[in-house]
Amino acid sequence: MKRICTLLLIVGLCAFNSLKAQNVEEITIKQLLSRVNENTDTLYVVNFWATWCPPCVEELPIFAAPELNDSDRNVKVLLVSLDFKSQKEKQLLPFLEKKKIQQEVILLDERNPNDWIEQIEESWSGAIPATVVYHQNKKVFHEGEMTLPQLHELIRSINQ
Amino acid sequence: MQKVFLFAVLFIGVNIIQAQLKVGDIAPDFKLTNTDYQKVALSDYNDQEGVIVVFTCNHCPYAKFYEERINLLHKTYAPQKFPVVAINPNDSVKYATDGFSHMVKKGYKFPYLLDNEGVYKAYGATKTPHVFLLNNTGKGFEIAYIGAIDDSPQEASQVQVKYLEDAISSVKAGKAAQPAITKAIGCSIKPFQ
Repeated sequence: MKRICTLLLIVGLCAFNSLKAQNVEEITIKQLLSRVNENTDTLYVVNFWATWCPPCVEELPIFAAPELNDSDRNVKVLLVSLDFKSQKEKQLLPFLEKKKIQQEVILLDERNPNDWIEQIEESWSGAIPATVVYHQNKKVFHEGEMTLPQLHELIRSINQ
Repeated sequence: MQKVFLFAVLFIGVNIIQAQLKVGDIAPDFKLTNTDYQKVALSDYNDQEGVIVVFTCNHCPYAKFYEERINLLHKTYAPQKFPVVAINPNDSVKYATDGFSHMVKKGYKFPYLLDNEGVYKAYGATKTPHVFLLNNTGKGFEIAYIGAIDDSPQEASQVQVKYLEDAISSVKAGKAAQPAITKAIGCSIKPFQ
């Protein structure tokens, strides 16, 4: 009986884990841009970050703010990871699990930064973190770390 | 009079903050401490045809990806009078491995200078690695190229375009670099306050 219990417990834990684990999709800039520019009411908050970037990791908790993750309000956070594809399993996925990241994480599948940085924002030097807000074919951009009030200010500025 | 002075100071301050070097600008001079505790100045290179200035550091994975390639650049181009000068603009309070002793351990064959004077700001460097190719015109060092070393940070074996080396060839041929500016991902600079 004890054995069965242990077995059930293990199976249960496994099932629980697989439910929780993020399925991190690998997408290109073109795919990302077509998604955030869909003609919907959704406001996208897109943060470029990486597990190897300490200021990015420090900033991550602001994107978990409830008002940014409220589908009733048509707000959607996308955390675009610039981690290296070769380290997805070893580095990125364990990090997401450890930090219990609930927002959608996508892994950028691009080779040459010079090809895509300007497609996101002309003034972006390429330093991360960087955040872009998209809403109905408009966008606003911020390079560097932000606080939650600064992010709110950025979101407000898109409709001004 | 005091007011005018204050205004002048403020004005200069704002200008320094906004300084963003462009291709064709004269490169600001610097005099910073090298890993052998000697000072190295840009003007020490007046007898060279140009200088490859790389803002880089120890902790950043992108900087690490390029370490070998920067060594190779110096090996190839120093004899051609385009040596490398690396500058670390990060304060080790933020990243311990960017501290001076860690810079010494790298044992680079080219100067690796600690920028505790905000030289990065005068150049408009925002991240590591960030490259500035300087062309010695005889009247000063002119910025010939700003940006990335090549088009494949993560995989040296997959490089297709060597932006910096192409720019050096152009400068040697007396032509403008094409492209003269490229963008790359890097770690934002955490400077000395």
